[in-house]
Amino acid sequence: MHLSHLGIADFRSYPAAEVDLGPGVSVLLGRNGQGKTNLVEAAGYVATLASHRVAQDAPLVRAGADGSAIIRATVHRDGHESLVELEIVPGRANRARLNRSPLTRQRDVLGTLRTVLFAPEDLALVKGDPGERRRFLDDLLVARQPRWAAVRADYDKVVRQRGALLKQAAHLWRAPTRRTGGPRLAPGESLEEGRAAALATLTVFDDQLAQIGAALLYARLRLLRDLRPYLEQAYRTISDSGTHADAAYRSSLAPGSPVAEAVAAGQVPEQAELAAAILESVEAVRTQEQERGVCLVGPHRDDVLLALGDLPAKGYASHGECWSLALSLRLAGFHLLRHDLGTDPVLVLDDVFAELDSGRRERLADLVADCEQVLVTAAVAADVPERLLGDGVRVFEVTLGSITSRSGAGASA
Amino acid sequence: MYEGVVQDLIDELGRLPGVGPKGAQRMAFHLLAADPEDITRLAEALLQIREKVRFCEVCGNVAEAERCRICLDDRRDPSMICVVEQSQDVAAIERTREFRGRYHVLGGAINPIGGVGPEDLRVRELVARLADGEVAEVIIATDPNLEGEATATYLARLLAPYDGVRVSRLASGLPVGGDLEYADEVTLGRAFEGRRMISTGPTG
Repeated sequence: MHLSHLGIADFRSYPAAEVDLGPGVSVLLGRNGQGKTNLVEAAGYVATLASHRVAQDAPLVRAGADGSAIIRATVHRDGHESLVELEIVPGRANRARLNRSPLTRQRDVLGTLRTVLFAPEDLALVKGDPGERRRFLDDLLVARQPRWAAVRADYDKVVRQRGALLKQAAHLWRAPTRRTGGPRLAPGESLEEGRAAALATLTVFDDQLAQIGAALLYARLRLLRDLRPYLEQAYRTISDSGTHADAAYRSSLAPGSPVAEAVAAGQVPEQAELAAAILESVEAVRTQEQERGVCLVGPHRDDVLLALGDLPAKGYASHGECWSLALSLRLAGFHLLRHDLGTDPVLVLDDVFAELDSGRRERLADLVADCEQVLVTAAVAADVPERLLGDGVRVFEVTLGSITSRSGAGASA
Repeated sequence: MYEGVVQDLIDELGRLPGVGPKGAQRMAFHLLAADPEDITRLAEALLQIREKVRFCEVCGNVAEAERCRICLDDRRDPSMICVVEQSQDVAAIERTREFRGRYHVLGGAINPIGGVGPEDLRVRELVARLADGEVAEVIIATDPNLEGEATATYLARLLAPYDGVRVSRLASGLPVGGDLEYADEVTLGRAFEGRRMISTGPTG
């Protein structure tokens, strides 16, 4: 698939801008702070309904604009054209239209455009917190099958509900101190009764955590199993070395059970087995959870261990290796989606080339040459490998929120 | 800002659910121009809900007496209780005319974030209604969302030890008269789970 047109209004630094794109490579050139990344951020938003840079929508609306930002994207897939229009209204539900007809749920836009975006922030995939790697997996799940967006949202809610419950009930299990003077109980209720009642409610949310958590865990495990060969291959090509890159799932399941062992060994147990294992693990940390008032088991506590050769990447790999590994993760996602969908997602390389040495730059240029559409941003043309600036490539200059076409490939802006 | 009473009215109307400041202003000025009779009727209705409306002491539904009309109706089957979250759900099920048993209104669903636990719902009253052994089935009709499902699971566990009381849950599935292609994945998935056999093939 490819984007043939991208229009934005009151988005980030742009009052209004229109860009005609097409298959092949498009390069956006401009000095820092001129608004190159804003354009690819808009494309990413259409694909994922979230920005890769900020968690809230408010910064996406141009300062001084009248409350909302608009993105219009024309997507071509197999000769079929779809128009996605999004109105981003911070603090309220966004409005979405597909081919001019309004959608009741914004979520229904997911799947029309699929992008794989690599940006400098992605270094956190290797060096950052486990949350970054969980989000990588979950975002890829949704890009693969949009229905996972609902499961993911449900699971977040279960964790928040269960966390609130643990916090509220924490006082029941604490030893009374002089300051708190013991737990608060309903009139006529003994401590044992209070604890039994709290446990009965907690058990209900244990069940939900296990059911929905197992669905998410199962999906992540299958995804990682499918992703690993692509990761290994991408890293080998980018780094041009014999080093083997791998990713292993680190679950928060209580160690020792056959299911936890299987997960650690990279196998994918049945969903029902996973649900049972989560329940058992919850039971094993019951006292800790009650004392600390926090949900300690489930996919929200899991991690992905990235390794180069026999060593974990985090803490051992050099800066350059971390870059290559982060890039390889995104490229692996790209190849997995290409294999699944039977069409290429749009590949976005945001300010990537400046960070790579010349060998890696050239190999990356080789790798992306056969992609249906690649959007590249760079501060100066010298950073971009020459073959990506050749004939038929669209080059745009971005200066202070205005976009001008530099080369003639039928583009006008 | 308007003067005195007009602004007070706008503020009061603006507190109602689903009414924003603009809507409240529109309603206030509509009322200013309305017939005095209409205003009196509205004011009386408002006063009366405070005075007359009570909650049924058996099921918790809105009522005008100690018991609601459904609990007083002898023709209703006392062996079946349908458990719902709120009074509006009773009205919705009544419109179907399918259910001839009685109701129990919980007054919400378990929602720890909102500070609602089972002790804040009319759960104890439900259990008390099972004491005389007349009830044979409890149908749980809480909303099919996370909180509603949690409440249903809680009740199912709580009622499991009661002999002779069956506990059922409303089915989830496809809307009647709808198109399969427009159903969302979760609903369609549930509909698959809860599918019904319409032919089992020749036996033997």
